[in-house]
Amino acid sequence: MHPDTIATNLRASPTPEPLSLVADDVHFAYPDGHVALRGVTLRVARGEKVALVGPNGAGKSTFMLQLNGILEGRGRIEIAGLPVTKRTLPQVRARVGLVFQNPDDQLFSPTVFEDVAFGPLHMGLPADEVRARVDRALDLVSMAAYHDRQPFHLSMGEKKRIAIATVLAMMPEILVLDEPSAGLDPRARRGLIHLLRSLPLTMLVSTHDLAMVRELFDRMVIMDEGRIVADGQTDALLADRALLDAHGLEAP
Amino acid sequence: MMHTHLLDRYREAQSVIHRLDPRVKVVVTLLFIVSTALLPDGAWFAFALSFILALSCSFLARLGVTFALRRSFVVLPFALAAITAIIAVPGRPLFMWQIGGTTIIGTDAGVVRFLSILARSWLSVQMAIVLTATTNVPDLLHALRHLRVPEVLVAIVGFMLRYLSVLADEAARLLRAREARSALLANRRGGGSPGWRARVAGYMAGQLFLRSYERSDRVYNAMLARGFAGRFLAINPHLMREHDWWALAVTVVALTVVQLAGQGFPPG
Repeated sequence: MHPDTIATNLRASPTPEPLSLVADDVHFAYPDGHVALRGVTLRVARGEKVALVGPNGAGKSTFMLQLNGILEGRGRIEIAGLPVTKRTLPQVRARVGLVFQNPDDQLFSPTVFEDVAFGPLHMGLPADEVRARVDRALDLVSMAAYHDRQPFHLSMGEKKRIAIATVLAMMPEILVLDEPSAGLDPRARRGLIHLLRSLPLTMLVSTHDLAMVRELFDRMVIMDEGRIVADGQTDALLADRALLDAHGLEAP
Repeated sequence: MMHTHLLDRYREAQSVIHRLDPRVKVVVTLLFIVSTALLPDGAWFAFALSFILALSCSFLARLGVTFALRRSFVVLPFALAAITAIIAVPGRPLFMWQIGGTTIIGTDAGVVRFLSILARSWLSVQMAIVLTATTNVPDLLHALRHLRVPEVLVAIVGFMLRYLSVLADEAARLLRAREARSALLANRRGGGSPGWRARVAGYMAGQLFLRSYERSDRVYNAMLARGFAGRFLAINPHLMREHDWWALAVTVVALTVVQLAGQGFPPG
């Protein structure tokens, strides 16, 4: 590269590309001795949408629970430059929007409004701001009409959308979804894919739905037995039959 | 997919009672129950007045006059526990049983006590049924919270109401799975021994407990992930309007009349 170009680049971006997520050599074992993570290192740039795939028990969910300190292992994790430690947990949790696999676990409040308001309220925002955020989040997932509904009356697809709204209302730095398309009928799944495509957020999405991965994510990370075994262009990885076979995956 | 709406007691309708502030409804219901409990044994006139009060609430709520009446029979089995009052209260003997070596004597005061207990529980439940039929769960929880019921209790009630239907669905799935494999061959006795069946039922109950326990962990994680730090927060949407104050005032007056009638005032 020409020296002038380098100089221009340096001036234009004095700091390196901002990273939403940095994980360095993360290890974790459950209290019963089961080792779930054996040194996971991952970097996700701001605005990037990354799929996390791998067989059940590979450590995907365990890894996701490390990102906002619900499980604490060995190693270093930073969310937008903020290291995850006991002291920083409240800020970290405002930055990581974690959506659990089963929306019945995520939607625990009596009404949709209260559930979406839960995060913003706990961030200490004033009531007007909370209401505005709830309205905006429900709008984003096209669920504005469900404001006063009770969660047990909703369909699976509706619950998933509202579960996503509950973290969108917190305006997180990174959206972390655990198997969002599991248990959805084709129409609800299609709606979810449109929704994820339209959200201008950094995303880390664990899934078994490789058809969705091919459609939605440029980058794919394969985990197996607590390690990242492949990380690269989705198309390239999905074309590598030997790699997919070795980790119990099937190309769509 | 199964839908169990075990606790969906709410009846959607537009009525004066539905529109009342939920706090007023909770307070009125509690006042009514306390008033009923305070009525002395055999105050039939006051019981009748209370009954008319409960009926008018049902009527105003457009539930139909018999709605609360029909549902209130659920208390009967519990109220029957009070049947021992007949033989436990001293008074004029009405009848006598010889059982083995002991004599059991039923008294008039005992019968009055028993019938009064029956009337009290039955009236109280009717009012509670009107409350739950005209107030949805979120409003009820708000009302409790605003009436300074400890947060933890309100949260427990809230979680229970939220997850009981989930739990019931899970139980229904377990039962269905057992049924699907409870097959019989023709000309052969099956079904296993009662002991074995009891053990299966025990395992199912244990399963249900473990699943709920694990779910509680996941729910708590979901709360932590969104910043829960031990305190439940809520936005206050309730405001007392004029008709709420009126409803409260009318109830207090009506219950005072009931008490005066029941406690024997004016003396005579």
